[in-house]
Amino acid sequence: MKRFKILLAGTVAALAAANSAYAGRGTDGDVKILFWQAVSTLNPYLSGGTKEVYSSSMIIEPLARYDETGSLVPWLVTEIPTVQNGGVAADMKSITWKLKPGVKWSDGTDFTADDVVFTWQYCTAPDGGCAQKAQFEGITNVEAVDKQTVKVSFSEPKYYPYGAFVGAQQPILQKAQFKDCVGAKAPGCTSANFGPIGTGPFVVKEFKPNDVITLTANPNFRDADKPAFASVTLKGGGDAASAARAVLETGEYDYAWNMQVEPEVLETMLKAGKGKLVNAFGTQVERININWTNPDPALGDKRSTVEGGKHPSLSDPAVRKALSMAIDRDIINEAGYGAAGKPTCNIVPAPDVYISTTNDWCLKQDIAGANKLLDDAGWKKGPDGIRAKDGVKLSFLYQTSTNSVRQGTQALVKDWWSQIGVAAELRNISASVFFGGDPASPDTFQKFYADLEMYTNNFDGTDPEKYLTEWLCDKIPSPANGWQGQNMPRYCNPDYDKIVAELSKTGDLAKRAELVKKANDMLTSEGAHIPLIHRGQVSAISAKLDGVRMNAWDSELWNIADWSRKK
Amino acid sequence: MFTYTIRRLMFAVPTLLVISFVIFALLDLAPNDPLGDLPLTIPPEVREQIRAAMGLDQPFFIRYLHWMHQFFVNEPLNIFEQLTGITIGDGERMRVLSWATRSPVVDLIVQRLPQTLWVVGMAYVFGILIAIPVGVISAYRQYSIFDQIGTFVTMVGYSVPTFFTGVLLIVIFSSWLQWFPSIYDTNLVVNDWSSFVLQIKQMVLPVTVLALYNASQIARFVRASMLDNLSQDYVRTARAKGVKEKAVLLVHVLRNSLIPVVTVIALGVPTIFSGAIITEQIFRVNGLGQLLITAVQGADIPLVQTLTFIFAVLIVLFNLIADVLYGILDPRIRYD
Repeated sequence: MKRFKILLAGTVAALAAANSAYAGRGTDGDVKILFWQAVSTLNPYLSGGTKEVYSSSMIIEPLARYDETGSLVPWLVTEIPTVQNGGVAADMKSITWKLKPGVKWSDGTDFTADDVVFTWQYCTAPDGGCAQKAQFEGITNVEAVDKQTVKVSFSEPKYYPYGAFVGAQQPILQKAQFKDCVGAKAPGCTSANFGPIGTGPFVVKEFKPNDVITLTANPNFRDADKPAFASVTLKGGGDAASAARAVLETGEYDYAWNMQVEPEVLETMLKAGKGKLVNAFGTQVERININWTNPDPALGDKRSTVEGGKHPSLSDPAVRKALSMAIDRDIINEAGYGAAGKPTCNIVPAPDVYISTTNDWCLKQDIAGANKLLDDAGWKKGPDGIRAKDGVKLSFLYQTSTNSVRQGTQALVKDWWSQIGVAAELRNISASVFFGGDPASPDTFQKFYADLEMYTNNFDGTDPEKYLTEWLCDKIPSPANGWQGQNMPRYCNPDYDKIVAELSKTGDLAKRAELVKKANDMLTSEGAHIPLIHRGQVSAISAKLDGVRMNAWDSELWNIADWSRKK
Repeated sequence: MFTYTIRRLMFAVPTLLVISFVIFALLDLAPNDPLGDLPLTIPPEVREQIRAAMGLDQPFFIRYLHWMHQFFVNEPLNIFEQLTGITIGDGERMRVLSWATRSPVVDLIVQRLPQTLWVVGMAYVFGILIAIPVGVISAYRQYSIFDQIGTFVTMVGYSVPTFFTGVLLIVIFSSWLQWFPSIYDTNLVVNDWSSFVLQIKQMVLPVTVLALYNASQIARFVRASMLDNLSQDYVRTARAKGVKEKAVLLVHVLRNSLIPVVTVIALGVPTIFSGAIITEQIFRVNGLGQLLITAVQGADIPLVQTLTFIFAVLIVLFNLIADVLYGILDPRIRYD
């Protein structure tokens, strides 16, 4: 057996030596990727889930992508259109993309402007249930000026026109393949949804839903030397910890996505020396939302609505600030996130131009300061150690989704709050219920039948304009709008609304950054929420894998064409 | 016996209809949402449209009737068409579609069956093969060292959960010794000796975990049943007649003791199909158990509904088979 192994090693070494001499397409064998949440379909328009968006990004591609720094990279186009190069109209009402010449679909046919137009039609068709429809909002027309030119027109001036067809969420579909799958017929096209024809480096060989995907190198890929790998095996299922083990400890796999594992567990696995962790920070922020309305069950239908009135204690700014001051974000990060997080006081944590430092006081825990703040505001400790004023006790229901890291954070926060005379009752709800948005369920994060709730949210791409509209007065969830609305804290400030309105009319980037910072600072200092951790993405990669550029702004697998086996 | 079987089968139809309704109602009442896993960046109005595309905007009874029609009419017709090649009507009919994958549920089940039958089925067979000799010897030599050890091992095997034994085996045999893979490759095609060896290697760990559990359960049954019979009068009679001890044990006692055991084994067969949710998840066998649990987590109601209903059918069916077998094996029992 041992001799056989040596023989095998020798053969591999010989092959490797041969490979480095003739680097080219398909010379590096198979790359094995592990997604512990299995992939359900390869059509991101029908799913919207991150796992589907990432896995399909190896096959179908958008016109432009974000690189790991968050800047736009022309992908299927010759350049990024701007006002300067004439690609964006001076009135900001249209954008014109010039397609790269000579790009072919994996079946050998030409990639043309018609396919781009079709993709827009596909996603905006009624009854199709397209998950990425919001990205095409405000677009009145997409037309093929000629075979290589696409013009996108907007109903109103769009100062950030790079929404549609940019990023892994909106890849271009082939018209020839999907033309009979529009609207209500979309879900029925199983073979197309499971094997989209694309322009990307790989083509689907076999797709087993919720199990495993086998891809082979695209023979018609535009770069003749890429991809270096001949095939990709993307296995799904299991849990994050065992996925980490398969890369870091047993070395069976090359890449494992989304390592939501306690830092100390990863630490021991890394000792095997078979791989490392890579991380990237996008825009995810773990925050505690503060309910500005009264969640008292006695209010019945008016519970947690603006009509139900203000929150009896959280409407006091001093209480909101004290809750934030009492938290030690460094310890939360150390215990639950490690390389996958950093403490933050911002709700817009990235890209760099938008990072504000105004509220950085929150980075340092200040129990004494919080106690003083509450004393001064008239909240007096009772015999049970809990503060109260006019018969209102500082005792809160603090809810989140079921997840070991979140429950750990809850316990830590509860302890710190007890040191400032605030009692917290902890509650956790299954994620599919909490985030499910069923209007009949009392446990959703939209209904917010609690005083405080913790979860993560983020925005797509690099522009936060749309994200900041979530805190507008008219986005407050209520029975009238079926609890649909993203303003969970029920925050409402006309000044804030004004800033956001101005942002939508501002084109100058420096001016935009200023407004974003202003809006961001306002939300945190007024206490719409308590930002805790700027969360990154962590993946495990094998020591034998080269070329991975971890990206939080686009698909993590965005540059898989450049990956290769380390020799 | 035949009329009894027919009667039971007839009675099974309303039972199953009630079961299907109860499952559908329970799933509908459960506060779960198929869009719960989607990123929060997808706005509410788009979510509403996705729900409508899934048919979730229709009232409960309409959805139930849709499912009934798809499952009891369209799916059988489709199977018939595929088997015979004859197209009935225009051949275009709505099949039961999973919400997560947007593909026909029946195709998913067919795709998952092989690995579940291989791994869970094998574990069941091995479990039985281990359990019977262990149970027999334990009972025959009650309170001997073998019995004590056997009792200890079966107790441990029965009470230690598979999510512990599974991970323990991975840490020892995959991480440390590196003998067996920790991840099951469902793409592996067995067509020569080396791929057969690979298949055996990847089956060893999950089958061991499940076989230990199954064997523990059945061995306790065999032992108890053997002990019951060993003290019976007919055993004494056989021994008094001078029948050899081997024949007493294996012919007289074992045969009689196996009657209840066979029933237990028959009743356990449906659990093979429902898969071993935890073990499949740990080793990424991705069979029916994993299909069911991901569907439950993702609130993929058509898939959960269809799978649980098929399990219900199997359970009703194997209950009947167990009853009939009992009648065949035990001459004292007559149904007519």
